[in-house]
Amino acid sequence: MTQNEKATVFVRLKDGVLDPQGETIYKALLQMGYGDFESVRSGRFFELEIKAGVEDIESKIDEVSKKLLSNPVIESFSVERNR
Amino acid sequence: MKVGVVTFPGSNCDYDSYAAVKHILNEEVEFLWHKSTELKDSDLVILPGGFAYGDYLRAGAIARFSPIMEKVIEFAHSGGRVIGICNGFQVLTECGLLPGALMRNRHLRFSCKFVHLRVENSETDFTTACETGEVLKIPIAHGEGNFYHYDNDIKELEDNGQVAFRYCTPGGDITDAANPNGSINNIAGILNAQKNVLGMMPHPERAVEDILGSVDGLKLFESLRSSIGSSVKVGHP
Repeated sequence: MTQNEKATVFVRLKDGVLDPQGETIYKALLQMGYGDFESVRSGRFFELEIKAGVEDIESKIDEVSKKLLSNPVIESFSVERNR
Repeated sequence: MKVGVVTFPGSNCDYDSYAAVKHILNEEVEFLWHKSTELKDSDLVILPGGFAYGDYLRAGAIARFSPIMEKVIEFAHSGGRVIGICNGFQVLTECGLLPGALMRNRHLRFSCKFVHLRVENSETDFTTACETGEVLKIPIAHGEGNFYHYDNDIKELEDNGQVAFRYCTPGGDITDAANPNGSINNIAGILNAQKNVLGMMPHPERAVEDILGSVDGLKLFESLRSSIGSSVKVGHP
C-alpha cells in the first residue's frame, strides 16, 4: 500500500505581534545558560493527510488554513508538501 | 425581553447567565443548544463563558462553526442584539462579528478576580443604565483576554465609539497596573460598528447579587431590558 500524501501547515504569529510564550521560553533558555539566541517565537503546525486521488488540493489547504487553522488577524501560515 | 443562552460543549457560565436573567431580572430565558438552528424568538442572544470545544486550536475557533452560530450571525446581521461574555467574546472575534483577536494574557497566567471597568460609551443598548465614565466592579476569569488589533483599526474603533469598557483603577484612571491581561488601550469590551453586538471579557452575570460581591453587572442586563422592553406583564397573574 502506498502512503498517502501529506501537507504540513505551519502557523506562526505575525511579526510585531507580542508572543509571551516565546518570550518565556527565551528567558528559560537564558536561565539554563544558553546565551547564543537572540529571541524565540513560538508557533504550531498541523499535518494533513490527503486522500489518494484528490485533485486541486492546494487551494483547499489554503482555504482551511485561512478559515480554521490560523486566525488571519494575528497569525500567518505556510504550507509544506511532504510527498 | 426574551433571552437565549447558547450552550456549547464546554460552556460553563450558561447557567449563571440563565439564572441572572430568570431569577434576578425575572425575564424569559431559554437555552439554545449548539447543534440547534432555532433561536426560539430570542430578542437577545448570550454567548456565555467557558471553554467551548475545550478551547482546542484557539479559543472560540471551533465553536464559531457550530450550527447555532450560523443563525446567531444572521440574527446579528439583521440587527439582533448579541452579547459575548469571556469565551463568548472569543467566539465573536473568531466568527468576525467583532473585530480584533483575543490573545494569551501577557503574563501567561489565568486571572480570576474582581476588576474595575470604566464605561466608555453609555449610548448603546447595553449601557443605557450607566453613565459614561462610571466605574463598574465586575469579575474576570480568563487566560486569553488580551485584546489585540492593528493600530489603524484600533483608532477606528476608538473614533467610532466602539470601545464599551476599559480596565481602570477603582477611581476610574486608565493605568497599565489596572490592565489585567495586556489588552491594547486597556480595552475590556468592544462593540461592532452597528452597536448591536457587544463582546466583553468580564462577567456581568457574576455580579448580580450582593452575596456575589457586586451588583454592577445588573446594569448591563437592565440596560438591555429597557432597550428591548420587558415581556413580563405586570398586574397579570
